[in-house]
Amino acid sequence: MDQIKLSTPLTDEVVEILRAGHRVALSGRLYTARDAAHKKLSELLDQGKELPIDLKGQVIFYAGPTPARPGHVIGSAGPTTSERMDVYTPRLLALGLKGTIGKGYRSQKVIEAMKKYKAVYFVTFSGAAALISKCIKDARVIAYPELGTEAIYEMVIENMPLRVANDAFGGNFPNNDIPHENDY
Amino acid sequence: MSIPGKRIIQNLIKNAEIARTEGIPICQDTGFAVVFIELGQDVHVTGGDFYKAINEGVRKGYREGYLRKSIVRHPLERKNTGDNTPAIIHTNIVPGENLKLTVLAKGCGSENTSAIKMLKPSEGVEGVKKFVINVVKEAGPNACPPVVLGVGIGGNFEKAALIAKEALLRPVGKKSRMADIACLEEELLEEINALDIGPLGIGGKTTALAVHVEVFATHIASLPVAVNINCHASRYKSAIL
Repeated sequence: MDQIKLSTPLTDEVVEILRAGHRVALSGRLYTARDAAHKKLSELLDQGKELPIDLKGQVIFYAGPTPARPGHVIGSAGPTTSERMDVYTPRLLALGLKGTIGKGYRSQKVIEAMKKYKAVYFVTFSGAAALISKCIKDARVIAYPELGTEAIYEMVIENMPLRVANDAFGGNFPNNDIPHENDY
Repeated sequence: MSIPGKRIIQNLIKNAEIARTEGIPICQDTGFAVVFIELGQDVHVTGGDFYKAINEGVRKGYREGYLRKSIVRHPLERKNTGDNTPAIIHTNIVPGENLKLTVLAKGCGSENTSAIKMLKPSEGVEGVKKFVINVVKEAGPNACPPVVLGVGIGGNFEKAALIAKEALLRPVGKKSRMADIACLEEELLEEINALDIGPLGIGGKTTALAVHVEVFATHIASLPVAVNINCHASRYKSAIL
């Protein structure tokens, strides 16, 4: 199957056409957030306060980029291990987050929450951060600059190569549902 | 190799080419700076604090190289030091008049999947193999395979971990000089590559590129085993001053 071209924000209708194993080329705006930013977002929710970003329909990329060289938009930016964010993810999905991008497996709780709130989890080439950075056309820090690389960046991406690892129906790649295709 | 596996390796090669052309890191995790010092016993270091100088080098290298600053000062408070220091420094005093520095920029996605276990001597080589293979299985895609495995057998708790790390500095695929250990390395590599984890965990036969095993004397009560995993971004360089 060819790549499915998608743009953010994602809607329930779009999420529902995606199945584990599908290859996706994603464009549009997304946010980065990793360990420290997730902790801060979670603390705000605990206090009943508003988040610095509206997550409705959005996609979070678990990444902490390297600094941009002069004249570059960003340095290298590949996915980090998603399971470290598992503890925070369900409550963000409840707020309307539609997609996450990282590497590795998700917990059963996250998988259940993705079914409940209609969301998907994508993986991309881990450790291929230079390659992925070519899809990033713009990047700026929009929250928590004091966290350095762990700040929340808003990025504009073009055709980021992704694979649906968990869909909104409980399917997962590469373990079942769609047999290995002849490409990645 | 399977076709999806080949595609991934092709993309990893493409990634390395982009990194070289643009002067950007192959992976955004530019690591914890682990510095191994071999200090010749006839060398006298003068003019300041040697370890401070090494940290200054790390600070300069990470700043001027536009590398990521990934170190937090306190493991519980977790505030970034902003310059990727401190480095982790291991010093060995050796005969001679040379000073050799080896810098390993060790990514922590794979480091997080590493493990140590104090086995019982009765568990023997089978126990060692079982543990090593299980660590790789548990690591799965998180370690960014294809990986290089450093295994330390023997010593005590910290020695096993240290020789496992040192094993990562061996040229990839170079066999142990001890015949029985070289044989163990081969058996481990074969069994790990039969786990069907594959490149980036999508299945296939290329889960590990090499298994390097180092051994050390141990206590009559002990059989420590440490497994240090390195991702496909195995980055280190040595220089003799």
